[in-house]
Amino acid sequence: MTHDPSSIRSPAGRVGFLGAAKSGTGDLWLMRVTTAALVPLAIAFIWIVLRLVGKSNVADVRAEFSHPCTAIFLLLFILASIVHMRVGMQSILDDYIHAPRAKEWAMIGNTLFSIGFGVAAIFAVLKLSLF
Amino acid sequence: MAGVEVKQGQNIELRRPLSPHLSVYRPMLTMMMSIAHRITGGVLYVGTLFLVWYLLAAATGGAAFAVAAWFFGSFLGQLILFGFTFALLHHFFGGIRHLIWDAGYGFDKEWREYLAAGTLAASVATTLIIFIAAHLG
Repeated sequence: MTHDPSSIRSPAGRVGFLGAAKSGTGDLWLMRVTTAALVPLAIAFIWIVLRLVGKSNVADVRAEFSHPCTAIFLLLFILASIVHMRVGMQSILDDYIHAPRAKEWAMIGNTLFSIGFGVAAIFAVLKLSLF
Repeated sequence: MAGVEVKQGQNIELRRPLSPHLSVYRPMLTMMMSIAHRITGGVLYVGTLFLVWYLLAAATGGAAFAVAAWFFGSFLGQLILFGFTFALLHHFFGGIRHLIWDAGYGFDKEWREYLAAGTLAASVATTLIIFIAAHLG
């Protein structure tokens, strides 16, 4: 792609008013929704962790997870976190990684890490609470 | 950037003036809390690895859970949990600050400072309370 050096429009401005990540205000809104969701969910998460502290016996941990509230709030916390952490890290990568190829790989890595974390955590919670 | 010769098509960034950046500003609390919000976000991102380790170890049981339980009870484990707790709570209160801003409040001179100081004070206080609660319970 050629760039007219006399133009005052920055290269970032040429991507179609969609910002450095090629997407619009959707991410901003996703961040707002997940922030609102995570306020009560983070409190629930801290509460659950406090109940798990010091339990060195798996049977005690399982008993804790067998309660529907523990499992449901932890699953909701994980789901909201996946979206929130992916969009949040994306804005950090947008700011600090400038090479286009490196940025693309970082974006891919970010998405895969977030999904990987989410699937592993959800699997573990389901296994602990159901089986 | 006087004296820097730039040929057509070469690094166009060199020809554009740069805005004053971090180094020209006196450090301010609001700025520090903004930076801390990003850093704690990054810390929580990496910290998910410890959460997923604990959950998978518990789901696996046996020796896997014994190792995880030992680690989180160790000095290093407790240090990581303390750091993660502070990062979570700082980001939590910083997030509430952002929600207040998103709703259109808290932009005036006094409230900016109150909110920044409040984020710091609330996160330090709740971290200590939670850690004391965890060790008493």
